[in-house]
Amino acid sequence: MAGAAITFREIEGRHGYYGLLAVCGIFLALGAYAYFQMEHYGHIITGMDNQIVWGMPHVFALFLIVAASGALNVASTASVFGKSIYKPLAPLSALLALALMAGGLAVLMLDLGRSDRMIVAATHYNFKSMFSLNVFLYTGFFTIVGIYLWFMLERRMNPWSKAAGVAAFIWRLTLTTGTGSVFGLLVAREAYQSALLAPMFIVLSFAYGTALFLLTLAAASAASKRPLGDAITGRLKNLLATFVAASLYFVAIFHLTNLYYMRNHGVEHFILINGGIFTGLFWIGQIAIGGILPLLLLLLPGVTLSRILTACVAIVIGGLAQMYVTIIGGQAWPLDMFPGYTASSSFFDGVIHSYAPSLVEILLGLGGVAIAASIVIVALKLLRLLPEKLDNATLDLHHAK
Amino acid sequence: MISTVLSRLGLAIVLGFGLSAWAAVAADGGRVPKPVVKIERPGQCVAPPEVIRRTHMDLLVHQRDRTVHLGERGAKISLNGCIACHASKTTGSVLGSNENFCQSCHAYVAVKLDCFECHQPKTGLIKSAVTAGAKP
Amino acid sequence: MSEPQKSGSGRRDFLGATAAATAAGLGFTVLAPGMQLIKFAEANTNTVNTASAATTHTASAKVRWGMLIDTTRCATGCTDCVTACATENAIQPGSGRPGQSSQWIRKIELKEQATGREISLPMMCQHCADAPCVDVCPTGASFKRADGIVLVDRHSCIGCRYCMMACPYKARSFVHEELTQQNPEVPRGKGCVESCTLCVHRVDKGQEPACVEACSKGDHTAMLFGDLNDPASEIAKRIATTATSQVRADLRLDPGVRFQGI
Repeated sequence: MAGAAITFREIEGRHGYYGLLAVCGIFLALGAYAYFQMEHYGHIITGMDNQIVWGMPHVFALFLIVAASGALNVASTASVFGKSIYKPLAPLSALLALALMAGGLAVLMLDLGRSDRMIVAATHYNFKSMFSLNVFLYTGFFTIVGIYLWFMLERRMNPWSKAAGVAAFIWRLTLTTGTGSVFGLLVAREAYQSALLAPMFIVLSFAYGTALFLLTLAAASAASKRPLGDAITGRLKNLLATFVAASLYFVAIFHLTNLYYMRNHGVEHFILINGGIFTGLFWIGQIAIGGILPLLLLLLPGVTLSRILTACVAIVIGGLAQMYVTIIGGQAWPLDMFPGYTASSSFFDGVIHSYAPSLVEILLGLGGVAIAASIVIVALKLLRLLPEKLDNATLDLHHAK
Repeated sequence: MISTVLSRLGLAIVLGFGLSAWAAVAADGGRVPKPVVKIERPGQCVAPPEVIRRTHMDLLVHQRDRTVHLGERGAKISLNGCIACHASKTTGSVLGSNENFCQSCHAYVAVKLDCFECHQPKTGLIKSAVTAGAKP
Repeated sequence: MSEPQKSGSGRRDFLGATAAATAAGLGFTVLAPGMQLIKFAEANTNTVNTASAATTHTASAKVRWGMLIDTTRCATGCTDCVTACATENAIQPGSGRPGQSSQWIRKIELKEQATGREISLPMMCQHCADAPCVDVCPTGASFKRADGIVLVDRHSCIGCRYCMMACPYKARSFVHEELTQQNPEVPRGKGCVESCTLCVHRVDKGQEPACVEACSKGDHTAMLFGDLNDPASEIAKRIATTATSQVRADLRLDPGVRFQGI
């Protein structure tokens, strides 16, 4: 049977499957509850205020959106860079990208002060606004990745899947540029206002997305009893280590350039040295757990699957820490309207702003994660996304061909 | 054969009862009470009632954009003008219960009333006379 | 000290042209945000002549409303302007944490680090000619009137708070809870962003903003309101003859509020 095409099959999904769906259902219900609470009482019940205007929902939403772009890595590597060993995994990669994007966008939209006015956001555009452009980038992402997935799953459309893959690759790089630029273009705030944020978000997306993909793949293979060969994980772990190293490089360059500008010393001192929770999350969460630990786990000799997966979990934790430091830490530092003066007022001028996330915000964020997870779980059972066999023989066979 | 005829007859009877019951309910105003359209301060409205009933939302939306974006003040159409005439004399508001002007109709037709998320539904709070028109 | 008036207009036109080209490429008709709304509405309302003969006033591009704040006359601890604003616009402290309450105008006390010199001044929306809040607003709800007043159209604000991230003056507040005590002329409500309107409802009637009126009444006369474009106006004359500055002039946003004595 040399040269035989790989067979894709839905997962069986027995008892454990419905248990997992039920857990997702609980988090979906809690997320819905949180949303209706916020909708009814207003943002007064959240930890957000006029100083920290974007809070925990944005940490979750941006992490999911950035990871969505990166989840497409495996598909892009197969279609754009012609690494055919990844081709059997490309459909799962595209689906995970769509699911994460849906979860992230849902959180972002449900946090709006007037989420009942989505129609306004969909019909009125200010093309100077990065948010407005992102509306197009996000909807375009759904369309293009959706078509790409369809072309991969529908045999008649297979010849076109490479072209769709290239389009999806270009689109998602643009999309993450847009996401990074939401912050990069904020001239007033010292923690942002850097063009570096756009490429940095792209590299971060590579790491977060690949980590989430590996976790999803391992979970799906274990649940469907299709043992995962180390041919694929062995290659992906090298890719992942490269992405983590590149992320650390970008973070280092971002802070080092900021340190060169006197006007940014205040905010850098705050994040890197005396920012309390933010400093802790930066060094321990983002750098140690999200950067150095995964590098050690992935690069030291004797790598096992469980070590790779531990590294992936660490990257996800580090990613959430990074988003918290970037989004909330950046806002906690007060605006410097009068350089050379100390300012005080009833509106918290000149003081470090504090933030304590409320339960509803966290539940809303977890609801977004549950949306993404539910989509993946349901799709795995309904669609032929996963190869029947994930062992080395099958995948290498395909590779050799 | 016979059973078919019987069942059809039965259907006809059921339908007949149903229709007459529906007609009876409709005759005395339906199960949903009709809106209370009580004009508290009768006088000349800015347009005939049949026009107002169908187009008040368009008129208000049109003028709101001219007022907010162009700064056009003292226009004939204004939400505060509506409230000035239609607020209840007892509560001073166009909202509150299904007896109050705006709420009664909107509850009847089940259309969400979004204006008063921001606008003041009560009259009598206007410090400088809105209805008096623009001063030079 | 003072920046040229039209400093940012080149960038703005360029961005606008690019945006329009992008939009045309995508098959959308782009009008100035807000004007689009008016066009829609006009198509629907031919039945009633909405504007009565009494309507004479519309915001004019010939006018640029602005303010001059003399910090040497602004007294430390005096909050007359803040109180007047709260009364006029019906701004009460919220029921949540202090940080969740709206503040359209606030007093900032400054102390120069090197010398210890103290300055007191009111801070509010600076009504920039090239306002970052207008640039970042996804729906066009943040807009600048022809006469330079920067406003939020609450009818199209979706409450995303991007403008609050973009404003260099911390001028904007988000309404965190339901409100009931609004001034009928100043609609405000839950879920929208708001800021100083320069008392647009008063200005349109030929009056001064409430803060400026209160400052004069209190005999401080630290605040002067007027038309920056009219060479005969007191504000234009003072700006032409004395040294004034704009806060964060480095950003070249051309704020309509100027300061003396910083």
